[in-house]
Amino acid sequence: MPESTENILELTNLTKRFGGLVAVDNVSLHIKRGEVFALIGPNGAGKTTLFNNVTGLFTPTAGRVVFDGRDITGSKPHQVARLGIARTFQNIRLFDYMSCLDNVRVGRHVRMKAKVWDSLFKLPWERREEERVTDEAMELLRFVGIAKHANQYARNLAYGQQRRLEIARALATDPKLLLLDEPAAGFTPQEKVELMQLVKKILSRGITVFLIEHDMKVVMGISERIVVLDHGEKIAEGPPDEVRKDVKVIEAYLGKSA
Amino acid sequence: MSNAAKARPTLRDRLNIRERIRDRDTAVYGILIIVAVLFPLVTVYATGGTALVSHATRAGYWVLLAIGLNVVVGFAGLLDLGYAAFFAIGAYTYALLASPQLASSPAHHAVHINFWILIFGSMLMAALFGAILGFPTLRLRGDYLAIVTLGFGEIVPQLFYNFDQWTGGINAVGLIDQPLLPAWIQGPWSGDGDFKIVSPFSFNTDPVAFYVLVCFLIAIAVILVTNLYRSRLGRAWMAIREDEVAAAAMGINTVTTKLLAFGIGASFSGFAGAYYAADVALVSPDNFLFIVSITVLVMVVLGGMGNITGVIVGALVMYYLVFYLIPGLPENATSLASSIGLGSLNQSSGDWPGLGEETQRLNFIIYGGILVGMMLLRPQGLLPSRVREQELKHAAVLEEASAVEEGARA
Amino acid sequence: MRSGASALTRFRSIALGGMSLADYGFYILCATAVVLLLAEAVRDTTNFAQTLVFGLTQGAIFALIALGYTMVYGIIELINFAHGDVFTLSAYIGTTILGLFTVTEGSFTALNLVALVIIFPVVMLIMGGINVAIERIAYRPLRSAPRLAPLITAIGMSFFLEGVMFLWKGPATVHFPNILPQWTTTVGGVFFGLKDIFVIITAAILVALLAFFINRTRLGKAMRATAQDRDAAQLMGIDINRTIAATFFIGALLAGAGGVIYGLYYNTVYYQLGFRTGLIAFTAAVFGGIGNIPGAAIGGLIIGLTAAFSDSYIGGKWTTVVIFGILIGVLVFRPTGLLGMRVPEK
Ligand SMILES: Nc1ncnc2c1ncn2[C@@H]1O[C@H](COP(=O)(O)OP(=O)(O)OP(=O)(O)O)[C@@H](O)[C@H]1O
Ligand SMILES: [Mg+2]
Repeated sequence: MPESTENILELTNLTKRFGGLVAVDNVSLHIKRGEVFALIGPNGAGKTTLFNNVTGLFTPTAGRVVFDGRDITGSKPHQVARLGIARTFQNIRLFDYMSCLDNVRVGRHVRMKAKVWDSLFKLPWERREEERVTDEAMELLRFVGIAKHANQYARNLAYGQQRRLEIARALATDPKLLLLDEPAAGFTPQEKVELMQLVKKILSRGITVFLIEHDMKVVMGISERIVVLDHGEKIAEGPPDEVRKDVKVIEAYLGKSA
Repeated sequence: MSNAAKARPTLRDRLNIRERIRDRDTAVYGILIIVAVLFPLVTVYATGGTALVSHATRAGYWVLLAIGLNVVVGFAGLLDLGYAAFFAIGAYTYALLASPQLASSPAHHAVHINFWILIFGSMLMAALFGAILGFPTLRLRGDYLAIVTLGFGEIVPQLFYNFDQWTGGINAVGLIDQPLLPAWIQGPWSGDGDFKIVSPFSFNTDPVAFYVLVCFLIAIAVILVTNLYRSRLGRAWMAIREDEVAAAAMGINTVTTKLLAFGIGASFSGFAGAYYAADVALVSPDNFLFIVSITVLVMVVLGGMGNITGVIVGALVMYYLVFYLIPGLPENATSLASSIGLGSLNQSSGDWPGLGEETQRLNFIIYGGILVGMMLLRPQGLLPSRVREQELKHAAVLEEASAVEEGARA
Repeated sequence: MRSGASALTRFRSIALGGMSLADYGFYILCATAVVLLLAEAVRDTTNFAQTLVFGLTQGAIFALIALGYTMVYGIIELINFAHGDVFTLSAYIGTTILGLFTVTEGSFTALNLVALVIIFPVVMLIMGGINVAIERIAYRPLRSAPRLAPLITAIGMSFFLEGVMFLWKGPATVHFPNILPQWTTTVGGVFFGLKDIFVIITAAILVALLAFFINRTRLGKAMRATAQDRDAAQLMGIDINRTIAATFFIGALLAGAGGVIYGLYYNTVYYQLGFRTGLIAFTAAVFGGIGNIPGAAIGGLIIGLTAAFSDSYIGGKWTTVVIFGILIGVLVFRPTGLLGMRVPEK
């Protein structure tokens, strides 16, 4: 019991099979409240699949997902989001033909109360809620630094801005845990530095961050603990310095570049 | 915040008239309202009859249908190819419960429920069927839904046709009741008494009454749908349209949200159906075939999916083409030929069926050609949806813009 | 509403020995249908067999049309509403070409045989060309447009083709020469002719050729690759435009043959024939799992049989309800069609 309050997410023997392929193989890990936790591993290791199992896009073949002391194994994505897990996607999935402001306001959806009738007749409290949500959304756009694009279609943003917008949209759901799937992919070194600052800012809002990242500088720079996946299996876990020295990891992952 | 912004805005600033006219949608609404008001005055004055007003009235229920389908297709991105089924359900609900029809059915009792009640009954009935159909099928992948709705659209008119004991089948339901205005509208000023403000205004004798009614219904529909569009639900629909997986990951219950779009779209169709039944007073299964669903879909896509003004304009343009311009072509061609001295073309001779008949035969080609041509020229529709300009005026956004300006100055 | 929705999902996902309850329900329904039909077969074998013959013939024609729908959908995700009219147009062109020969109706002459041998390739090639032109004009420019834009041009094309036929031969039904051998026989009271055999065998040969083409030739493989993942196929050096054009070409070859076969069998066509026939053939394609080529052939046969049995046992006016009712049922219980092949997720 004391564990569940300290750990925001616990995966126990999580397994996901696609036909014969075991994409995630009996992985157990736990993420502490308020830390930055990184998941690394070579291409196809099963990192995104693990995210998808946590967020309800996939149902695990076996194992348990416990979030904030609550078993969410097999929950629907919208239920998971409501409970407080938000995510970004490896290949950006914004609402292309909606404005940036609307993208973020969609993120706010789950914390809004207006029902069909309220909206249909624009009742006063619905109006007030809309105003409030618009302010909150603008605040988030400012937080990630793209507020001046609020009225542009999401698809018209530059690549780096789209990644930021995705983060803003995820933050709008008021998450306790934020999953970032390769947030720095395709970034310039300068953008990577900015991203690391942004992650720290997110952390200071009391949100735990769980990220997948290929760039070792980013991973080493911001994360407190790392888990390494290879062929779906967890092959190492620990603080960055230790993991970096781990023989198995060097073989499986760093070995290629070393 | 700067001092200028704190100063009390003048009335002109507050109304923002210039800005509003610059906004495309507001301009279109303005034009539509003016045209709607002037249309009966001008046509009745010019032609001395109300035939054109009746046409406009019929265009009106297509507008209602298009506004409703736009919720399903344009907002939520669900392709519905059987929209006419809900139209049929609405029309038959009204037709059966407000006509002598049921007297000759196994029920042996005619039912005559008041139009103003039944129009909501029809709406609910259609929404109910929308929910029944949508519930098991809305989790299907996009195009499978299109096919299910297509199948539903084929089944429903056939059922009305088959259960002829109740519906009269191919013989149609006739003698459908006309709406009665509430007494307080039919007061002395309606022309029956001494105190005449307007000429007699009754649904039995005056097509203008139906015209006014449909304009009101459209206005209400536009307001309600616009409200939805700019709400939590409207954004959820669009999010699903853009990316269902991402929408779900943002906490949107995609099934119930889609079900709502489906049900609301269907209720519009049912609403329009009841109105249609009251207007034409004769309802047969043939009025609700696949072609009707397709025509409404074309109105929506051609007008500019997702954009309410676009959809209204699309519906009007398509109505004009399909029900006025193209059917009128043979006659126009014939009289044109006569007036420029080519009257001989109008006679049929040998293989030549006569100009009128020949033009008639071209109708399909013209219609098809127009559809292809318009789509190629404007794949996004006549008035594609854009980021709402109004949003720009929101305080928080304005503030941001001024902050950016200040930053630039500093 | 919400709990109900999840109840249905739960119902779907309850597994017993590797199959979900929905699957069991589906198989039980299928089995019931088969048992009822068998009982009917025992009760009145003649009528049953007669219906079977008719259903197969009709199904073979649906299959030929369904293949075109499924191939086009598989590759560009377009419900090609004009396809049914391509089918009808080929019958119109066929009857015109036959008019050039002095064929003898009602008996089978050498000239009839010559005409028969010539008409198939000629009509099929003409239709192929027309369909490629349609794709070039009405669909290709819209490939990156909103998804519904090509759907509307397809509908426009459908009207256009109907208009061409209307203008060409007028609104009445058009006669198609009856040039097949008239030989018929009855076996145990079941009446069938060379015509039925001809239809079924021709269709079978065409489907076999298509299967060979798709599985064995370079272009066929390119088509499958493009259907799977267009971007990847492009990276592999496949010419996407050419491959899509080829798909339309082959779809029209089959529809063209289907139109001629239809004409030869029924001997009358009219300009709006393709509308309903196309809709039903499309249903057949969905039935077999749209995008799935063997599925479309089997779906065509099943829909043809269903229509025939419904006509004969339930009554013609219920056939629409039966066909589309089954369609909805299949999609609800088996969202990926009968053969259960997945639609390429894009
Ligand atoms: N829906 C699916 N169906 C079948 N196989 C899948 C599915 N999703 C992922 N896989 C397979 O699971 C394995 C793990 O994929 P995953 O995307 O999780 O890897 P990853 O670690 O995120 O890789 P990358 O660094 O490239 O993003 C891969 O072999 C992939 O092909
Ligand atoms: Mg990944």
